[in-house]
Amino acid sequence: MTSKAYKNPGQTLLFILIALFMLSFLVIPVVKVFYVAFIDVNTGNLTLVNFLDFFNTSLFQESFFNSFYVAGMSVIVATIISLPLAYFTTRFEFKGSVIIQSLGFVPLIMPPFVGAVAMQLLFGSNGSVNLLMDEYFGFTIPFMEGLNGVIFVQSIHYFPFILINLSTSLNNIDRSMEESAQNLGSHGMRLFRRIVFPLAMPGYVAGASLVFLKVFDDLGTPLLLNVNNMLAPQAYLRISSIGIDDPMGYVIAVILVVFSLFAMWVASLALKGKDYSTVQKGGGGLAKRKMRFWEKVIAYTIVIIILLAVLSPHLGLTLLSFGSIWSYSVLPDGFTPEHYVSIFEETPEFMVNTLIYASMAATIDIILGTAIAYLVLRSKIRFRHWLDYTAMAALAVPGLVLGIGYLRTFLGMSIPFGDMPLATWWVMLVIALSIRRLPYALRACTSALHQVSRSLEEAAENLGANKTKTIYRIVVPLMSGGILAGFVTSFATAAVELSATIMLVSSESDAPLSYGIYVYMQSAAGRGAGAALGMVAVVIVATGTYFSHRIIEKGRRERSLENNS
Amino acid sequence: MPPLQTHSVGIELKNIDLSYGNTRVIKDVSLSIKQGEFFAFLGPSGCGKSTLLRLIAGFEHCQKGQVFLGDEEVSALPPWKRQVGMVFQNYALWPHMTIYKNVAFGLEERKLPKNEINQRVKDVLELVGLQDYAERRPNQLSGGQQQRVALARTLVIEPKVLLLDEPLSNLDATLRVHMRQELLELQRKLSLTTIFVTHDQEEANTTADRIAVLKDGIVQQIGAPMELYDHPDNLFVAQFLGSANVIQGTLSKQSNYTLFDDGKGMQISLQSSDIEGSKSIVLRPQNLALCEAESNTADLQGQVKIREFLGNIVRYEIQVGRQQLIVDEMYSFDNVPAETGSTVGLTINNDKIIIM
Ligand SMILES: Nc1ncnc2c1ncn2[C@@H]1O[C@H](COP(=O)(O)OP(=O)(O)O)[C@@H](O)[C@H]1O
Ligand SMILES: [Mg+2]
Repeated sequence: MTSKAYKNPGQTLLFILIALFMLSFLVIPVVKVFYVAFIDVNTGNLTLVNFLDFFNTSLFQESFFNSFYVAGMSVIVATIISLPLAYFTTRFEFKGSVIIQSLGFVPLIMPPFVGAVAMQLLFGSNGSVNLLMDEYFGFTIPFMEGLNGVIFVQSIHYFPFILINLSTSLNNIDRSMEESAQNLGSHGMRLFRRIVFPLAMPGYVAGASLVFLKVFDDLGTPLLLNVNNMLAPQAYLRISSIGIDDPMGYVIAVILVVFSLFAMWVASLALKGKDYSTVQKGGGGLAKRKMRFWEKVIAYTIVIIILLAVLSPHLGLTLLSFGSIWSYSVLPDGFTPEHYVSIFEETPEFMVNTLIYASMAATIDIILGTAIAYLVLRSKIRFRHWLDYTAMAALAVPGLVLGIGYLRTFLGMSIPFGDMPLATWWVMLVIALSIRRLPYALRACTSALHQVSRSLEEAAENLGANKTKTIYRIVVPLMSGGILAGFVTSFATAAVELSATIMLVSSESDAPLSYGIYVYMQSAAGRGAGAALGMVAVVIVATGTYFSHRIIEKGRRERSLENNS
Repeated sequence: MPPLQTHSVGIELKNIDLSYGNTRVIKDVSLSIKQGEFFAFLGPSGCGKSTLLRLIAGFEHCQKGQVFLGDEEVSALPPWKRQVGMVFQNYALWPHMTIYKNVAFGLEERKLPKNEINQRVKDVLELVGLQDYAERRPNQLSGGQQQRVALARTLVIEPKVLLLDEPLSNLDATLRVHMRQELLELQRKLSLTTIFVTHDQEEANTTADRIAVLKDGIVQQIGAPMELYDHPDNLFVAQFLGSANVIQGTLSKQSNYTLFDDGKGMQISLQSSDIEGSKSIVLRPQNLALCEAESNTADLQGQVKIREFLGNIVRYEIQVGRQQLIVDEMYSFDNVPAETGSTVGLTINNDKIIIM
């Protein structure tokens, strides 16, 4: 006979509600996309014919190859940028380390597509850099020609993932790992190859596969650079021009998801059972030495070149947003605030919509995140871990795929109490954004809840508070720092999401910032205003990032105070 | 037949001075360790033990002084040319390599032929009793086993000397006792000059031939364990090795004895000696004994404050005047110990009083 434990009906209800939400807005749309990809349009039977068609079409072959090539090359270029930076900070007492650390964050505050057009004006064949080079050296470099442009923009944007992971794993190698090798007779390159490199490898692979995944899935950057022969743009163009019934968009969506999963699998393989962090309490990283003079010169030169490259999208965007006319010249002809005036006067709805959508999506995220974290860590419901797995699985679903899934799943349905199509209702966009950002918010909430000792709740229950009261008065207040950080991150990143947005927006009056940037950037005349909108986006993301950083730091400081007293 | 050859040599440190920035961490340290000796550095945490050890291994550089291994001055040699074996406190096993690979590392660096490496790794793993674990990874072994691997990895290169930095501190209490005996046995078998760093006097006492007691980067005293215990050069050594009652006072010569007076009402008569003036005396707890309060053999009277039963002994803290004295009495079957709060007499074994 089983004993009768107290069962909490509230938890069960919460579980069911969340499960239904995840099912409707994540699982079913994705399954639908897969289903359509494997269905014969004419007969309705399961088939592989769509995939055969796909691989027999030369445009798709080319797109497939290009996406692969661009993602791979971006990893390589990002690695080339990251390696010297990681090397300088971890092996030397180098004052420039501070620059390098902040460098790591600068690109992340601007979505790559925002800076793409500005990069063209700086590095394109008639851009500032090439005009100058042609004049002084008589040659030009095709930074931005075709796929090069995508690789260049993406690697400048995503290299911090590699830099941060690589530096972290290098810093987590205890000095004794290196010293014991020296003690046994090893040194120099051999020591690096046999000890340091293998120990840092898992961190590197984790970062590299993340970069691969992000670049492989990205829609905005190639679209804005007008590079259409890649997978994500092809999927978008098929659906938006040929229509929702064309199976090729779905086939591409499946391929995107499969490769995302593949990249995540590689990352988890690299990390599995390889927690090589060996730092002891109080010990710290590899032995560092001072740089000699000429080493300093080289190091600073490299850091400054990379710094300039990393800041160039921001610089270009600023120039573009304040420039009057800018073409075939090193700098704009003149400077004017008129683009800012026009975006605030003519299209304020882009900004208003963004604030509404992003804050709603972030609110949904922290509510779901807190609830899932609580159910997973504190309840005994049988399938509670599935909520966590499902929410995290959203990481492998590109925004484009989610967008296609919504269009297809909710096709023909109307909004409640109205006759507008449901799929392109702005509320669906909010939900899509919240699903996309949920993994990050969930991790923030879970780690916040991990910090709350179970005994604090038990103390409240022991003193007579029931579960709901305990959550409300003890758990949530204690988690508030982590929840707030999760909110701000979700908000800032949802504000600049383009790939799901571009699929789901039906009218400009409902469109957020990112869509506005895309629309403006289409025409040479709109670029200035597009850049001004881009600057607004950068300010939103930068402020968000700054605050979430501050909140997390504050929480950390308070916790360390508690531990010390 | 020992599988390993040893080319063990003595170690000599001459007037070593070492600073980190402006902090002087090692202050004029000189010591000489004989070939085959098991030598311990003993001292509280932060006194510079690890720093000295790392200096010998070549990981630190001294501003003044010289390090000799045998007859060779090694101060200018990098770590990888010193042929000094060091076992790190955290063992520093490489997590990405199997046990076999960890142990073979030093031999591979020395470019030995494959079959010889194979044989020597096998031999040394057998020596430490881990022949069946060659293909495991470090994180699949227990703390004690990891320790043995670290030792094997070091011994297999046939080092000139063996340096152990708090090798037992990451093990639990029972294993610690077991491992220290194993270490000693191994050291004797190989007759390998060994420096053992520890902050635990029991560990040093039970294993070392000689101990250097360190404090604040200064060598306080060097000697065999019992020598240090019985004839400490200063109060720090007296207190660091075993428990001690230290009382400050003055000595004055009387007709046929010397009188110690702590100035707060405690007087003890000592054997006649020429020492006079302001001094401290050290009484080991086992050299004090309880007796009847009124007994005429009692040297002092006091009140029992605390009584602890430790198995083989009963430890008392007795309030005598304004001093608290620790007294250890052997416990044997069905003894009746003194009650807390009771007044007792104390007899002092006069000829075992240490005067500083
Ligand atoms: N790299 C370093 N830089 C500055 N001070 C150090 C460094 N390493 C050790 N010290 C200081 O030197 C002193 C001796 O340290 P150490 O030899 O590790 O002591 P022990 O091993 O006896 O505990 C300590 O006060 C410690 O703080
Ligand atoms: Mg130490």
